Amino acid sequence: MTAEQQRVRTERLRWHSRRAFLENDLVLQRFWQKQPEVLEEMQAALLERLLVLEDHDLWELLSGRRAAADPAVQGLVELLRQPAVQ
Amino acid sequence: MSAKVTVRKFDAVIVGAGGAGLRAAIQLSEAGLKTAVITKVFPTRSHTVAAQGGVAASLGNSEEDHWHWHMYDTVKGSDWLGDQDAIEFMCRKANECVIELEHYGMPFDRTDNGRIYQRPFGGHMSNFGEKPVRRSCAAADRTGHAMLHAMYQRNIKANTQFFVEWMALDLIRDAEGEVLGVTAMEMETGEIYAFHSKATIFATGGAGRIYYSSTNAFINTGDGVGMAARAGIPLEDMEFWQFHPTGVAGAGVLITEGVRGEGGILRNANKERFMERYAPNAKDLASRDVVSRAMVTEINEGRGCGPNKDFVYLDITHLDPATIMKRLPGIHEIGIQFAGVDCLKEMLPVVPTCHYQMGGIPTNYHGQVVVPGKRTQNEIVPGFFAAGECACASVHGANRLGTNSLLDLLVFGKSAGETAVDELKKSPKSHKELPADAFDRTLARLDRLNTQKGGSNVHESRLDMQRSMQKHAGVFRFDNLLKEGVQKILDIQKDVQQTEIKDKSKVFNTARIEALELDNLIEVAVATMVSAEARKESRGAHVRDDAPDTPERPNGRDDANWLKHSLWYKEGNRLDYKSVNLRPLSVDTIALKTRAY
Repeated sequence: MTAEQQRVRTERLRWHSRRAFLENDLVLQRFWQKQPEVLEEMQAALLERLLVLEDHDLWELLSGRRAAADPAVQGLVELLRQPAVQ
Repeated sequence: MSAKVTVRKFDAVIVGAGGAGLRAAIQLSEAGLKTAVITKVFPTRSHTVAAQGGVAASLGNSEEDHWHWHMYDTVKGSDWLGDQDAIEFMCRKANECVIELEHYGMPFDRTDNGRIYQRPFGGHMSNFGEKPVRRSCAAADRTGHAMLHAMYQRNIKANTQFFVEWMALDLIRDAEGEVLGVTAMEMETGEIYAFHSKATIFATGGAGRIYYSSTNAFINTGDGVGMAARAGIPLEDMEFWQFHPTGVAGAGVLITEGVRGEGGILRNANKERFMERYAPNAKDLASRDVVSRAMVTEINEGRGCGPNKDFVYLDITHLDPATIMKRLPGIHEIGIQFAGVDCLKEMLPVVPTCHYQMGGIPTNYHGQVVVPGKRTQNEIVPGFFAAGECACASVHGANRLGTNSLLDLLVFGKSAGETAVDELKKSPKSHKELPADAFDRTLARLDRLNTQKGGSNVHESRLDMQRSMQKHAGVFRFDNLLKEGVQKILDIQKDVQQTEIKDKSKVFNTARIEALELDNLIEVAVATMVSAEARKESRGAHVRDDAPDTPERPNGRDDANWLKHSLWYKEGNRLDYKSVNLRPLSVDTIALKTRAY
């Protein structure tokens, strides 16, 4: 993947982080504030898998009510779940 | 940015793929019309998903109910500002629309004998306000989500063409005022298109993001309302916004009223249980408006909490942790995630939070957009329709009855679609020629954004707008704050007209999208502030400190002077008014009286 392709992929993911309800929006916004301009490929691939979920299912994971079956995806969920203030 | 605009022709174009847009699209596509739906996000990620409470319909499955009782509750909820023809229409159509939805495959909760289960909801009463009635139809806590899925599938079957991740930019109107479609941007390429249509339906939802504290998703930027305002359409009753008393400060996430029901206590900076002063009996369980008003008064009088003294605390630290985890599942996680607080040990910061937009693009109950003209105050804008939260039919008036939002989008989505079909079938016509200046407004906006130097920052301008709206036109309003607010928001509008984006790339440029969204938000914010400052009474969700409750004007409502709809025009930033329709379609007027619960 070229640098430009990865940049576009990142921008698309940034837009796909606009969700149907606020809770998901806020968790994803917090994540993006801590990321570089362009996501690295592995991170982008995991985020793609997470963002195809329906919003209620995504919130089940982000709120810790359920864990993702794939440990790699769950790893990203754990990162997303880190609150702004400890 | 290329000035090239590709034109695509459709019989109908719908902007927005939430509940209202999808319902309208079913009507048009099933009638065999070539129908396009433009949407910023995938349809089932629209904000309708967030609706949990259910949809109101007087099916009477659990106990006796009647559309006339539902109508009474809706008129009363609206504080008599709702148009009674539209309200009768909606309440009478409710059963038909809910049953249709069932036939589309909506998985409603069921009674033991297989009928749609109905649950009670605040404000739903039988026999004209006598006692509570079970009227809300739901699909567990995913009513909105299930509704969108059922309607999206139906649209796929009917060959509706979806343009997903496209942003509509401006309405196209010709010299006669007829609407001929919209311009839109494909996010993937950044290319600009015109959707040339015989019928244009706006179903873009609300603009709750004008407030700093809002329960609305980030996509709720009032795009249709902003586009309509720029095209010369007045905005109706924009001063009326429904607030919820307890959203997490700085985030907006709702904390259910159940928390106070379980013993949660509101406290100010002195840790005082201030509700004891405002509502000695009900205390923290007083009605929403009483609690919200008390919270704002505490903040305004300097007893707010935190470094900026701009929130109060909701305290549940005295409750048994096991009870909290059992009865209020989710609240602990919300505290951790959005306030950085363990609510078992620390208090939660909360503020009254914007939830729903009652006003919008003025329509009649057929879904046609109407504006004051030479002959009447409701002249039809040819080719233009609106439905759902972006529209003002007006069924919610000064405040919305719970579960009427999903009903509104079903009934008026269908009605707008049905009217458009009737018009196009009865008098078939070819596409009217686009005017020479059809794309000028859009291209000028994009060009300005591309060439702006030394301009304002989008994020900072949006934040300024949101903080000003929260402070000056929040849940409880003060004359001096509103007056200052008008000046402030007009200053911020100037900043928004000069926003600058660093990234000028075309493909999936989210910075450009956010700047274009802010153009829409600011129209809504100015309309809200100006309309709110002008309305000198308290009515429904618009509550002013200087319009107190007196025997002559119960709850501060002034029917002699203010029983009328506001209409705000962008051009000249001016207000006009039109009368409320107090005449229902077939029954007697529900006469004015004091709204008390």
